[in-house]
Amino acid sequence: MPPVLTGSAPAPTWRAPRASARPASLARVAERVLAGERITPGEALELHEHADLLLLGRLADAVRWRWHPEPIVTYVVDRNVNPTNVCVTDCGFCAFYRRPGDPESYVLSREELFAKIQETVDLGGQQLLMQGGHHPYLKTDFWCELLADIRARWDINPHALSAPEIDHLAKLDKRPVEDVIADLAAAGLGSVPGAGAEILVERVRRIIAPKKTSTEEWLDVHRKVHEAGLRSSATMMFGHVETPAERVEHLARLRDLQDRTGGFTAFACWTMQPEGVPEESLYPRKATPAVYLRVQALSRIFLDNFANVQASFVTQGLKMAQVTLRYGCNDFGGTMLEENVVSAAGCFHLESISAIERAIEGAGFVPRRRNSWYGIVDERHTGERGPLSREEAATHRAAGARA
Amino acid sequence: MTAGDGRAAELLALARAAGIGSIAEKVLARERLSFDDGVALYAADVHAVGALANHVREELHGDRAYFNVNQHVNYTNICNKLCRFCAFQRLPGQDGAYVLSPEEAAQKVRAQAHQPVTEVHMVAGIYPKLPYSYYLDLLRAVKAARPGIHVKAFTMVELQQIARCARKPLAEVLPELIEAGLGSIPGGGAEVFSERVHRAGYHLKNTGEEWLEIARCVHEAGLRSNCTMLHGHIETARERVDHLDRLRLLQDDTGGFQTYIALSFHPANTEWSHLPGPTAIDELREIAVGRLMLDNVPHVKAYWIMLGIPIAQLALSFGADDVDGTVVEEHIYHDAGATTPQEVAREELVQWILDAGRVPVERDTLYNVVWSADERLAPVGHAAPVGHAALDGA
Repeated sequence: MPPVLTGSAPAPTWRAPRASARPASLARVAERVLAGERITPGEALELHEHADLLLLGRLADAVRWRWHPEPIVTYVVDRNVNPTNVCVTDCGFCAFYRRPGDPESYVLSREELFAKIQETVDLGGQQLLMQGGHHPYLKTDFWCELLADIRARWDINPHALSAPEIDHLAKLDKRPVEDVIADLAAAGLGSVPGAGAEILVERVRRIIAPKKTSTEEWLDVHRKVHEAGLRSSATMMFGHVETPAERVEHLARLRDLQDRTGGFTAFACWTMQPEGVPEESLYPRKATPAVYLRVQALSRIFLDNFANVQASFVTQGLKMAQVTLRYGCNDFGGTMLEENVVSAAGCFHLESISAIERAIEGAGFVPRRRNSWYGIVDERHTGERGPLSREEAATHRAAGARA
Repeated sequence: MTAGDGRAAELLALARAAGIGSIAEKVLARERLSFDDGVALYAADVHAVGALANHVREELHGDRAYFNVNQHVNYTNICNKLCRFCAFQRLPGQDGAYVLSPEEAAQKVRAQAHQPVTEVHMVAGIYPKLPYSYYLDLLRAVKAARPGIHVKAFTMVELQQIARCARKPLAEVLPELIEAGLGSIPGGGAEVFSERVHRAGYHLKNTGEEWLEIARCVHEAGLRSNCTMLHGHIETARERVDHLDRLRLLQDDTGGFQTYIALSFHPANTEWSHLPGPTAIDELREIAVGRLMLDNVPHVKAYWIMLGIPIAQLALSFGADDVDGTVVEEHIYHDAGATTPQEVAREELVQWILDAGRVPVERDTLYNVVWSADERLAPVGHAAPVGHAALDGA
């Protein structure tokens, strides 16, 4: 018998609806979207299962223009630095991590890290995306010192530590998550990336990431991050064992939390990249681009309280990323002057800044550089700029009070 | 109001919002679009243009999306036409220049004997040293290597060269090529018919008029061909519409074109490498405009080797009903920087098409159904149905 993923069998093979079918009931859902009304999870599932790519594109495009009437597409000049690849969560879909003691495991020295940061700053970088493995010995103190050292030297925003990493730090410290967040914020943490969400449904997490932070914990960390006066983003990694209903459930969990805190800046989704991951043979073949586009558009339609939706050019390539600008995305994400995690999984679409700008312009938009809080920091920009600091961006005032 | 009326109303509303309501009315009434309509389609919102093209595509082909299991053989890269958009050409004696002997070409065909290949696509450069007998031997060798295979070979400019070296009119040469095994003619080399662009980019190549005359001769000899346009370099929207219009007029006369392919200019390693080339949205629009203007050409192909898989999938909702085939060893676009794989497994192709919401149908070169994911929509052994979606019996 072939091995199966821990827990239960993968989801049954999904079939896209025939494009020409377009059941009449979809017209009502479409009207509600176009009228600016919120759709239910049930209606989102109906779109997922029955809408064709043209309808999904038109609806997502309409929501995108409602949020952003100006024809601007933003991106952030950033670098993805992974201070360590040591991790104890053993996710079978991850090609990046190494177990403690593995000959290929590493922790970057200050010199290595600082050299990377200096390069990023020299290239006009606004954001330093720092995340890595769940290292068993690197505790909150390590991160606070690192953040403080960075803030003492450069005016670049550390967009760092995914919710599972923060949760991991709290467990190592044996103290409440909010205390860890407060220390990190005081040390200079500027915003929190949305990684590690995978699919926020326990059935799925038990199969693909049984040792990682649970759904409730992931959401709880983000709630506390927002309450601490920080903003964060949200993500979804799909195309593995989840069902369409579970994709919608994931989106519904995010939308509910956003209703309560308003702290998410943006949403980004991508397909699982199974090439070369430890449990590659257990995963289905990589979801094809049409499936990505379907879920991407649906996310923009459903997440009506998210201001920004990012394209994923690293996993989908520049051409698909350009198309997503008319399928709900208003942001190109980070330039990723360095990227290790997805590229470890055989997927590598790094693009030069000029290529990114040309793709944006080719879709009929004006490219503008932003910061981690989606404030525009581009010299060419003359209009409203939006938040230019963590404090201006906060939806809750705690960080300002403590800092 | 029926579902069809509802869709028509939706399409009209969408088109009117995009300023192309009168074009939508013509499309719904199956009337021919004018030159000015064509120009307007290049300026209108891509969602609206795509939806109109998709309407035509579904009227003609329902959810069917065609592919074939094919193989490319480029028998020489030596060429004397010096086209500025081309990265494949070499001069005689230049590094990397090659000519396959008929036996070497046959060997490439034999190497795929284990695959269910139904077509070999053979195009190449213009190398005047090759005698007429070479072309006949090439066809015979390939047919001998795999007698059941359909040989789709020689673009219009190659045919012009073959007739020249045969010292006979093309009308006399074509029956001999057919006798040697030629089955149909690919559509490449049309570029853009505009004299202005011809002078600036490929003045040594045959003119637009010559291309169309050769195509007419081919069709009169009983051969089917494809047709193309190379877009995204220095041509204007009006020049594109003019090109499509001239294809359409010839097709009215001969009915010989099976498939239209919008070929994207890829700038890498060409003399026009300073030009950016078309973006993904340009490519989708080009396919959609082609579908809408060429109302008399049955099929529109999204050539995945050139577009990449993502755009080829999406193109199946922007007017295309065909994605070309499994290929094997593509050189012309890869020399110009294409990063797509050089071949794709049949089951992967089937999966892309399914994920794009379409029904995969394997065809042979002349659009007879070889395999079908849904025999109700496309019965195996029959000609691919072309007609109103309501006739599909779905």
